[in-house]
Amino acid sequence: MLPFLTAVKSSVGKKFLMAITGLFWVFFLIVHLAGNLALLSGNGDFYNKYSHFLMSLGELLYVMEFLLLAFILTHIFSGVSVALGKMRARPQNYDVQKDLGGKSRKTVSASTMIYSGLLLLIFLVVHISHFKYQVGVDREYFTIINGTRMHDLYQLVYDAFGNLWYMLGYEVIMILVFSHLRHGFWSAFQSLGINHPRWSPVINTLGVVLASVIGFGFLILPLYIHFIGGR
Amino acid sequence: MMNKTSERPNMHLHLKIWRQLNAAAPGKFVSYEKENVSPDMSFLEMLDELNEHLIKTGGDPVAFDSDCREGICGMCGLVINGQAHGPRRATTTCQLHMRSFNDGDTITIEPWRAKAFPVVRDLVVDRSAFDRIIQAGGYVSVNAGNAQDANALPISKYNSDLAMDAASCIGCGACVAACPNASASLFTSAKVSQLALLPQGLVERKERAINMVSQMDLEGFGDCSNYGECEAACPKEISISNIARMKREYVRAALTSA
Repeated sequence: MLPFLTAVKSSVGKKFLMAITGLFWVFFLIVHLAGNLALLSGNGDFYNKYSHFLMSLGELLYVMEFLLLAFILTHIFSGVSVALGKMRARPQNYDVQKDLGGKSRKTVSASTMIYSGLLLLIFLVVHISHFKYQVGVDREYFTIINGTRMHDLYQLVYDAFGNLWYMLGYEVIMILVFSHLRHGFWSAFQSLGINHPRWSPVINTLGVVLASVIGFGFLILPLYIHFIGGR
Repeated sequence: MMNKTSERPNMHLHLKIWRQLNAAAPGKFVSYEKENVSPDMSFLEMLDELNEHLIKTGGDPVAFDSDCREGICGMCGLVINGQAHGPRRATTTCQLHMRSFNDGDTITIEPWRAKAFPVVRDLVVDRSAFDRIIQAGGYVSVNAGNAQDANALPISKYNSDLAMDAASCIGCGACVAACPNASASLFTSAKVSQLALLPQGLVERKERAINMVSQMDLEGFGDCSNYGECEAACPKEISISNIARMKREYVRAALTSA
């Protein structure tokens, strides 16, 4: 076997890790979105019970959180490394640049991966500190679920998206999620060496569908909460 | 030049050409007016005429690479108006004709730009990085002695076609020039693929994948972000499915090599 560090530092290994970690996060987003559909229920207990269920997973939850953290750090590390390598590999840029079209897959979403990625990272920090650790939340949200006193996450989410600007800010980020996945999904398969005359078009289409479902799924929730939902 | 076979009249073009004395010197764009350009000329003939004029008038001719001028040697290569080998797909610079341009056009001509392809002079770049990638693994072992019986090694039509597609790479470097990351993945993967697909190439299969990828990284090319600009720019239309094959070969070798 090639030494692990040599392999993952190579141009192939770096993108292999980026692909694996990215696909794991896509899987997480699907679960996250499915869970969040509970927000559509007018009864807050429904969502809070889901939240309570996740908290009751105990060590399993910590394992999942550890994996998500480790994988996103790996993903960021390889992504930044590719972006920096790009500057090193072409110190002098072209005066005129024109995309080739045809078989090229250089979409807007592909060219902006590093920017959408870094913005999503900032969002992630804000998102987790707000909803998980309630940083900057000035009132206490508590409810009783199954006899346990716990965060009233449902009310916290509804109050947050009640603010128009907060809600709109979220929507912009969800468009970035769509954009990042539009190139990211099929690209991950290519980086893993999966390219097949019959299956690659299917993977590409699946990527567009998944990016749309995840991006616009998360986009619809705040809109629903702001304009329709509420206790 | 006087022999006009095209129905289109001759053109007047504004050329903006990158001039650079050597790798160390800073380069700059110099503008030239080119009159009387026949639409039937090839792009390189147009530059030949410009150089003849420059020589006659005591100027310094523009250095550019070319050899066969029939699209098979891989020697020529210019970035024309922001596109490697110019606006026509599946076409080398030497096979590009002036009928692809219009009277009064401004044409910006730049060399391949990549750290691994230092400028030798003007539009000529040093592509010996490609040679070193080939030297790292682009070969097969052949047993000495009598030639083997013909057809002793059965090869499926499907695989021989794929290998032939990969082997059509002429090593011009347009993939590197067109890649936003200046990655050499398409070139390297074509060279890995043409051998990995055939039984003759299986002996050095693992060493080849690891050594050629390592050499590619060492030369200072960028990483592959799957933009696919390389495939679109490639005059031989080499598919990025070869890049996926190179990745499979590399991962396989990394996991199983001694």
